[in-house]
Amino acid sequence: MQSTGFASKLVVNLIFIFYSLCCILPVLLVLSISFTDENSIMADGYHLIPKVFSTYGYEYILSGTSTILNAYKVTIFVTLAGAFSSLLVTSLIAYALSRTEVKYRGQISFLIFFTILFNGGLAPYYILVTRYLHLKDTLLILILTALVSPVNIMIMRNFFKDVPSSIIESARIDGSGEFRTFFRIVLPVSTPVLATIGLFSSVAYWNDWFTCSLFIENTKLYNLQYLLQALMSNLDYLSTNAAASKSLENAMVVLPGESARMATCILAIGPIILLYPLLQKYFVKGLTLGAVKS
Amino acid sequence: MSSQLPTVPTTVKGKPKKTSAFSPMAFFKEIGKHWTFYTMILPGLLFLIIFNYMPMFGVVIAFKDYNPIAGVWGSKWNGLQNFEFFFKSDALWRVTFNTIFYNLLIMVLVTSIAIVFAILLQETGGRYRSGIYKSLMLLPFFLSWIVGDYIAYSLLNPDQGLLNQIREFFGYSAIDWYGEPSHWRIIMPIAYLLKSVGYSSVVYVAAVTGISSDYYEAADIDGASKLQKARFITIPLLMPVVIILSLLSLGKIFNGGLGDWGAFFTLPRESGILFSTTDVIDTYVFRALRGVSDIGMSSAVGLYQAVVGLIMVLATNYLVKKYDPESSLF
Repeated sequence: MQSTGFASKLVVNLIFIFYSLCCILPVLLVLSISFTDENSIMADGYHLIPKVFSTYGYEYILSGTSTILNAYKVTIFVTLAGAFSSLLVTSLIAYALSRTEVKYRGQISFLIFFTILFNGGLAPYYILVTRYLHLKDTLLILILTALVSPVNIMIMRNFFKDVPSSIIESARIDGSGEFRTFFRIVLPVSTPVLATIGLFSSVAYWNDWFTCSLFIENTKLYNLQYLLQALMSNLDYLSTNAAASKSLENAMVVLPGESARMATCILAIGPIILLYPLLQKYFVKGLTLGAVKS
Repeated sequence: MSSQLPTVPTTVKGKPKKTSAFSPMAFFKEIGKHWTFYTMILPGLLFLIIFNYMPMFGVVIAFKDYNPIAGVWGSKWNGLQNFEFFFKSDALWRVTFNTIFYNLLIMVLVTSIAIVFAILLQETGGRYRSGIYKSLMLLPFFLSWIVGDYIAYSLLNPDQGLLNQIREFFGYSAIDWYGEPSHWRIIMPIAYLLKSVGYSSVVYVAAVTGISSDYYEAADIDGASKLQKARFITIPLLMPVVIILSLLSLGKIFNGGLGDWGAFFTLPRESGILFSTTDVIDTYVFRALRGVSDIGMSSAVGLYQAVVGLIMVLATNYLVKKYDPESSLF
């Protein structure tokens, strides 16, 4: 590559600086609102730097702990259990479909691919889950919805295709069964793709609110995202929480609306931001796999 | 992806079709021989059959008067009654137009900006710098549309929102963002851009680094400028990746709320005032589903949606095949 002139380099960097700011400033705005005093919000509106600093929003949420802690528990459990089972099921089917000795792999791959193109739609799906599988208001449905994604199977299958068959053959000659070969030999050399798909599905589970809004009515099973939505559409949601309203009556304070809601939002994205450096390293690596390998 | 996807036998030209009639004997022999592999396939396949294929048969309720007690098979047929209301209402035109309009607009915008970004990222004059930009650009991708709604609200809230404050600071009048549908023709694409441009750029950067440096060296010898290199080497070689991703994203969009269509549920906050510019097939289906005993109509619209989606993917694939058989999906 020939060297670029200083001026054009500057322009390129300015474009990216501007775009990067567009991506992060809105998040910082939410963070700032969550630390702003309620009266100040009413008077001065939202600002990137709190005019009157206050941690009251957070104190308020954490005093009426049960609702939000519960939602946290649900989200964390579903994310861990979901990502793990999703990885297991996806990697098993992807590995089997990558082996050339499996005669029907073409037909089965087509069955998987077809689901990307066509589906029955929301209503039949809703009826299936509620009336035939009886999974309404269960944690299980939160885990099952995103368990198998056809695209993830394809990405993994392409990766497994590149695992040298010599090591698989030699394991077979040593008398290792197919499952044993898969878990002992193939999976350990496939960490990049496992990390990527694991992250994809973790983020999907963490951010899933749609399933909750379809199938969950029991407030104890609300996940974080859905709680956020409930807060947005219903300001008084927190005050229905007995513990919170009690402490409110005792303290005789204004109900913190805006700052408490924004604080909840920050708590919901917190873990993602903390894991972010790790996330994006693998993401970039894994995307390279998925995109170029095809 | 393209080379390995199962090809539909009828489209294979020139090659003699393998006519292997299905025989149960051979089938059981194969299963018996490789039973371990088929055991590995079973859980995933079972899942897809239950959650993806069974609802496909459920589309019959689009032609039935669904009765929750009688179930799918017990409900009475009612012909095209479920379709009638939707096809007579102005909602049909509105949601179809919005779906296709936003779909194509967002796809074209995101793809083109991401390709430009991917090429420019090579020119920042430092790996370290490009890395930082990539990280910051990726951030919105990890946030849910609910969080996106909170962010949009803190910008657009008519009284306290940042945008109106900025406008007032410069002496313009405040805008009622949530009360005026026309603004959402711009807001929705911007929201999608911010969420996915970073992600797509990273994908294309990966694809660009996969291009052999021989091309560029040859171009250097011929004295090609940077622009010429981008135009005649990078972009043509990226095309297959672009096409595959676009086709897949088209398919995803008609995924009945399970695709990446969330912003249309959350950002406009189901406010009826904004329906003219923010109501898409997905949100319509969802509202009908939650409405009173509207399951039949919801599934009718859902079926319509799936068919429109399939037609769009097939048509796009047909066009791609005509011009570049190599990169078509099937």
